[in-house]
This record gives sequence, structure tokens and C-alpha cells, in this order.
Amino acid sequence: MYPADRRYTKEHEWVRVEGDRGTIGITDHAQKQLGDVVYLELPEVGRKLEAHGSFGTVESVKAVSELFSPVAGEVVEVNTALVAKPETINADPHGQAWMIAVRIADPKAVALLMDAAAYQAYVGSEAK
Amino acid sequence: MESSTTTLRKTPLHAVHREMGAKMVPFGGWEMPVEYAGLINEHMAVRRAAGLFDVSHMGELEVRGPGALAFLQRVTSNDVAKLKDGQAQYSALPNDSGAPLDDVIVYRRGPERFMLVVNAGNVEKDFGWLRSRGPEGCEVSDQSDAWALIALQGPLAQAILQPVTGIDLPSIAYYHFAEGDVDGHPAIVARTGYTGEDGFEIFVAPDHAEALWRRLIEAGREKGVQPAGLGARDTLRLEARMCLYGNDMDETTSLVEAGLGWIVSLDEAKGDFPGRAVLEAQKKDGPPRKLVGFEVTGRGIARHGYTVFLDGEPAGPVTSGSYAPYLQKNIGLCYLPAARAAAGTAVEIDVRGRNVPARVVPTPFYKRSKQ
Repeated sequence: MYPADRRYTKEHEWVRVEGDRGTIGITDHAQKQLGDVVYLELPEVGRKLEAHGSFGTVESVKAVSELFSPVAGEVVEVNTALVAKPETINADPHGQAWMIAVRIADPKAVALLMDAAAYQAYVGSEAK
Repeated sequence: MESSTTTLRKTPLHAVHREMGAKMVPFGGWEMPVEYAGLINEHMAVRRAAGLFDVSHMGELEVRGPGALAFLQRVTSNDVAKLKDGQAQYSALPNDSGAPLDDVIVYRRGPERFMLVVNAGNVEKDFGWLRSRGPEGCEVSDQSDAWALIALQGPLAQAILQPVTGIDLPSIAYYHFAEGDVDGHPAIVARTGYTGEDGFEIFVAPDHAEALWRRLIEAGREKGVQPAGLGARDTLRLEARMCLYGNDMDETTSLVEAGLGWIVSLDEAKGDFPGRAVLEAQKKDGPPRKLVGFEVTGRGIARHGYTVFLDGEPAGPVTSGSYAPYLQKNIGLCYLPAARAAAGTAVEIDVRGRNVPARVVPTPFYKRSKQ
């Protein structure tokens, strides 16, 4: 269910690392919890993000949820097409619905995040 | 009486909601389905085909006896004498300031028998209030546990419900009802709703609710009926600019301010009721403020409780606000000074620290086209 090529946070974001580039989005579990996504706010290219710092908000009809960066780094690319079609987050959260890419400040820190199996277990235990 | 328990009450349809994959949330002391397959999907199903809602959490109070009509005239805002048997009326229980303790629908089941459908969270308050007003020649009783309530709403509601009942549905006009068998059991079928669409609210005994729910889902399958939750109910009613008690109106907002002057009767026959003098003056001279609809013109969703700014000054909170799935706009309601309440007025909404422009628009935001 959760792709093995990336790492996950307790706030239900994922990051896929290629060299010092990290691509970030939210998980399938997160989009299910939110329901129909209708609004997305993302940062500008060049913004410096702290690990677990806010990088935007995603809103469904009923809920507002802040987005937290799994890693520290500088925003190098923003998925502006997703801002125009935020419902893609429900349809393809691990694929087309990537949100931002960052130049990771400390690639070693990524290893501290959950891998797919750990995240799967975490989501399983979070469900009541 | 139990008082300190936090246990949520469950409607007779609770197990069916679970089975149909509903996400359940607490609402007005009840555990209710907020959505099933997705709020937007459910919202659109109601606009285009039909949606099935469990609204069994709503309360039913009965006022019965030779003095029932006279008593209801003394405690409600609308003219109950206008009702014939089988007719319903939107009304309110005003306090001395002309603000509602609750908004209600009054059903005349007979010359001496009326049913009031009240909001789930207000049942005890309303019941206590009515008894405190000294009913004479009638008895007020809480019948909420005797009824489950299922709402079938949408343009195909009549076509879906007709095969399930011997009641001739086309003969039930808007805000009228009939009593008869539905799915083989006694029911009250009212042409009322809270979505801005045609549709019915069906009162049945709790024991028969589940069978009726399944029957309606089955009867409507090919027509596109969807079970719909409180989430869609809220966005549907907001598009139709129907007030939500506790958000858009409460004991501090007069009925005239809330745009409900049309349920305030000043007829001779109506007689006196709480807040009448205040409401009469506001109907004549205009209220100090008005509940208006706005559309967000910038980027952002205005939500309940966000602050509205008029000329740079805080003017009050957004009372209801949401993305509107049918209109595909961000809309909301708020109170503005009457002098500034005209359509076109520019305001700003504080969306989590960002001032987003919006403007007052005519309401309802959505009105269904008559066939």
C-alpha cells in the first residue's frame, strides 16, 4: 500500500529522496481522513523550511490541515498544477499529487523517519 | 435523569451506517454519519438525483388537547391558526428579545393535535420552556424516542418513494404531509427538507427504520440514490441559505435580523407572544443588523468563527462558511450593520491571519429550477 521508495512522518507526509532532492506529499491515510480536498496553499520557490515546520495548508470541505515538512531544506519546485486541481490529492496522493520538492539540508536526517513498513504499522495502531 | 454521562446516543440506523462505511461524528449528543462515499459526491447526488439522510436525532414534541392551538399561538412566532390538518409550518420559539430558543416545524395532525420537530441539541430546552409557559387545556410531551426520521431529498425523491407507499405523493404539496403506510408500516410523510431540493421527511417507528432505509436504498439504486451524511446536509442547506441553529441564529439574534421575518406573524388573530413588540418594531423600522450571504472573491475558505472585517474594522464572525460543492465557490453567512448589508458590499475575512476579500451577494446562493 505505502510505497517503499520513500519515508513517512507521524503527521502523514511522505518524502521521496533522490540525492539531495526530496519530493514531498501527504499519504493516502491523510487524504482519507480529510475527505474531498478543495483547497491547497503551497509556499514559493526559495522558501527555507525547517524540519517539521509548516509549508502550507490543505483543506477539505469540512477540515483544515496544516502541512509539515518531513525535512529541513529550501523549496526548489512547487506543483502549481496541483494547486489548480487539489482534488488530485484524493485520487493519487503518492503520485501526481506531490506538493513540493526541496533541496534537503541534511540528507542523513531522512534515515530517522519511518519507512513504509513502520508507517503502515503506525497508521494501523492509530486507527481506533 | 442521567446527566453526567458523555455517552453519545445512537439512532436506530447506527448499525446500517457502519455497514455502509459511514464516518461517524458526535453531533448534538448523538453519534451521526458525517459522510459515506464522500461529501461532494453525496451533495451532488442530492442536487441531481436523491440522497437519503438519517435525521432521527431531531426531536419531536407533541402538543395535544383542546387548548393546543391557543397555547402554540402564545409560544411560537408564526400564525398556527393558518394551518389545516396535514399542513406544516416553519416557525420559531422566540424569547422576549424576539430571538429564537429554537427554530421548529409545526405539523397540524388534527385540530387538537400538533407535532413540533425541534433541533436535536434543543429538545430538553424546548420541552422545559414549553412546560414553563403554562400550557392550558393541552399537554406537552416529548415523543422523540417514538420516531425515527429519514429524509429522502432530491429531484428523484418522489419517483423513488412512490413505489414504497400507497400514499399519493403528488397530492402532498410543499410543507404538507400525509399519514399512512410506508413499506407496510404507519408513517408520516412530509414534503419538507433542509437541502433546497424537493423531497420528503418520513417519520416511522424506530423498529421499522432499518427496513425502510434498506428498501429506499434498493428502490433508488438505479436512480442514483446515495446515503448522505450531515456533512452534505450542511453544505446543501448553506447553498440554499437555510439557517443552522446555534450558528446563524441563537438566543441573541432576533428573527428579523436572521432574515426570518417571514415566520413572524403580526396578524390580529395571532395575538401576543414573546418578543412580539421587538419584532414588530424591527419589521417596521428595520433591524439594526442583518444576516447576509457573501462570496469569497480571493483565495481561501471562510469558515465558521473566522472574523469578518468591514472598512478595516471587525464586524463579527462568519456564522456559517464552506466550500459550496454545487456552486464551486466559497460562500458564507455573517451579520452586518443593516446600512451596509446590500449586495455588492466589500468585506474581508481573516483566514488564519490572512485577509481575504469577499463581497455580499443576493441569497439564496442556490435555488432549484422549477420543473
